[in-house]
Amino acid sequence: MSELLRINDLHVAFPTDDGLVRAVDGVSLTVSQGETVAIVGESGSGKTVTSLSVMGLHKKGTAEISGSISVAHDGGFLDVITASEEEIRSMRGRSVAMIFQDPMSALHPYYKIGDQLAEAYLVHNPGKKKEAAARAVEMLDLVGISEPAQRAKEFPHQFSGGMRQRVMIAMALMNSPKMLIADEPTTALDVTVQAQILTLLASLQKEFNMGILLITHDLGVVAQVSEKVNVMYAGRIVEQGGVDDIFYNPMQPYTLGLLKSVPRISATGSERLKAIPGQPPSLISLPAGCAFAPRCEYIKFADSNACATQMPALVGTSAGHTSRCHIDESKRQASFAEAMKEVR
Amino acid sequence: MSKEIILSVTDLTKHFPVKKSKDRKKAVVKAVDGISFDLHAGETLGLVGESGCGKTTAGRTILKLTEPTSGSIVFEGQDITKFKHGKMTSLRAQMQIIFQDPYSALNPRQTIGKIISAPFEIQGVNPTGGVKNAVQSLMERVGLNPEHYNRYPHEFSGGQRQRIGIARAIALKPRFIVADEPVSALDVSIQAQVINLLDDLQREDGISMVFIAHDLSVVQHISDRVAVMYLGKVMEIGPTANLYHSSHHPYTKALLSAVPQPDPRSEKSRERIILSGDLPSPINPPSGCVFNTRCWKAQDKCRTEVPQLVQLGGTQVACHFPE
Repeated sequence: MSELLRINDLHVAFPTDDGLVRAVDGVSLTVSQGETVAIVGESGSGKTVTSLSVMGLHKKGTAEISGSISVAHDGGFLDVITASEEEIRSMRGRSVAMIFQDPMSALHPYYKIGDQLAEAYLVHNPGKKKEAAARAVEMLDLVGISEPAQRAKEFPHQFSGGMRQRVMIAMALMNSPKMLIADEPTTALDVTVQAQILTLLASLQKEFNMGILLITHDLGVVAQVSEKVNVMYAGRIVEQGGVDDIFYNPMQPYTLGLLKSVPRISATGSERLKAIPGQPPSLISLPAGCAFAPRCEYIKFADSNACATQMPALVGTSAGHTSRCHIDESKRQASFAEAMKEVR
Repeated sequence: MSKEIILSVTDLTKHFPVKKSKDRKKAVVKAVDGISFDLHAGETLGLVGESGCGKTTAGRTILKLTEPTSGSIVFEGQDITKFKHGKMTSLRAQMQIIFQDPYSALNPRQTIGKIISAPFEIQGVNPTGGVKNAVQSLMERVGLNPEHYNRYPHEFSGGQRQRIGIARAIALKPRFIVADEPVSALDVSIQAQVINLLDDLQREDGISMVFIAHDLSVVQHISDRVAVMYLGKVMEIGPTANLYHSSHHPYTKALLSAVPQPDPRSEKSRERIILSGDLPSPINPPSGCVFNTRCWKAQDKCRTEVPQLVQLGGTQVACHFPE
């Protein structure tokens, strides 16, 4: 499987009047052909900022970016951070396309659906209007919109939320990208429609062997569609691994806390939820050590001084499964295994 | 359940008129179209459904924040359906609401102290020990620092703002609360905190609650009984355990199977019922059973005859061909 995206030690910070907001703090991950890699985290954890960086969508001057983002483009790799605006524009939509969360605001209300789709094609194939219009209809058909030729002449307000998200997917596929970034693609949708869209994405991925970077806060969606998972907290990846590693053998207290606090439709009914106490830190004044330390209930198993002063490195125990935590491995295993029994 | 009935809703409808329909007839949006249920003291009824199914309108109509079109609402033995504004105001101390969006539910120009003390002021209640004291003990109860009495809403996070909204709702010790999607704007770790808080308050004060949500896993955790709504009608209603484990309505089954669970192994092998299409328009709902356009079991009878809610096993179901 060839790699499509390599993010290495990405830092993104935004200077504000109140201080520097460290939105992304040393993120590294890769996405290969045919696989779905999820970034999961709560609001403000830096997942969307990461995805916008890949698309080169941060305005120069408003964000301080360092590290490298290599995107497979035209047979080679393009470093989005150092590339010129022109190079990025030729990559955007053609090598990597993006689906946004809110299909209501991502479509222009005054233009016909077909024309908006065609525009995405014309950017990379100037002048080929007929081809673009035909491709628009073809893509609408592909994403399951009935009577595509007719629907292409309609406006966004004539489409339901789920249909609009299908249009967004069709638009992303106009230039047959090798990779798709889906930023909360189903968050604005109802569960029954969400199930339709997730099924559609999975079948398109299979058909075109695309790599998908899925940004979401929903652990259920992650469990359903992804192979690899990155858990983010306060701008950092705190745990990285295969989907089974993360859900059945978490190594980081925050991941474990998330798994324990998410309500499940369960056999036992309504037992009390195990909430994580406290709230995420401000990105302006992050704790010097582990950002999760003030909320961590396992801090008793670690050298609390280390937790407060040193950021733990992302280290692994097994192949491809890494986490940031100071807790002594032997103590962790026993207590986490006990806690995982309560989950489910 | 032998407990006393706090609230009894019978055949409640709420239709909103729509201006200028295509055929120039008076069109209405049938947001709530004939729902009935009883709520017992200390009980939580979960109201679930997709957006546009009428769950929020149902909640607001029960509180008479919008006037019902027809049907009756009996609260603690009084028929409040025809109560006018003045009479309702004095009742409001007993029935409160918690809103979905903690950002727009709080006046940004008022301090937290002012916001939480509003119920006392409106109802002319003078709590023992003074208003400030009462507000601060409320703040403590919902897990806020009482010293933050003079702060403004923007200084709080989403979860904390929701706590402020809850403190305001419980200030006058109401008997009944409508919680309209109180946790859907919150992150998972915070969501669990707020659900637990609501659970505690309800248990301690014996409050009856209608808990409106689209998230079935959240509803299961907090409700004693659950009603599933679709296009303004109740499709199935019953005790939580029965509804989640032996539901009879195809829509309930589809809804339950669509919720992704944080369990990759079972997720990847699970059979899922994928409903086709979207929710039909509530202006022109399908004839017969409103679910028939998306139901895989629909037959001719479903297109002509409206199914009534009937007891089947552990739940009441409105379906001609229940599972």
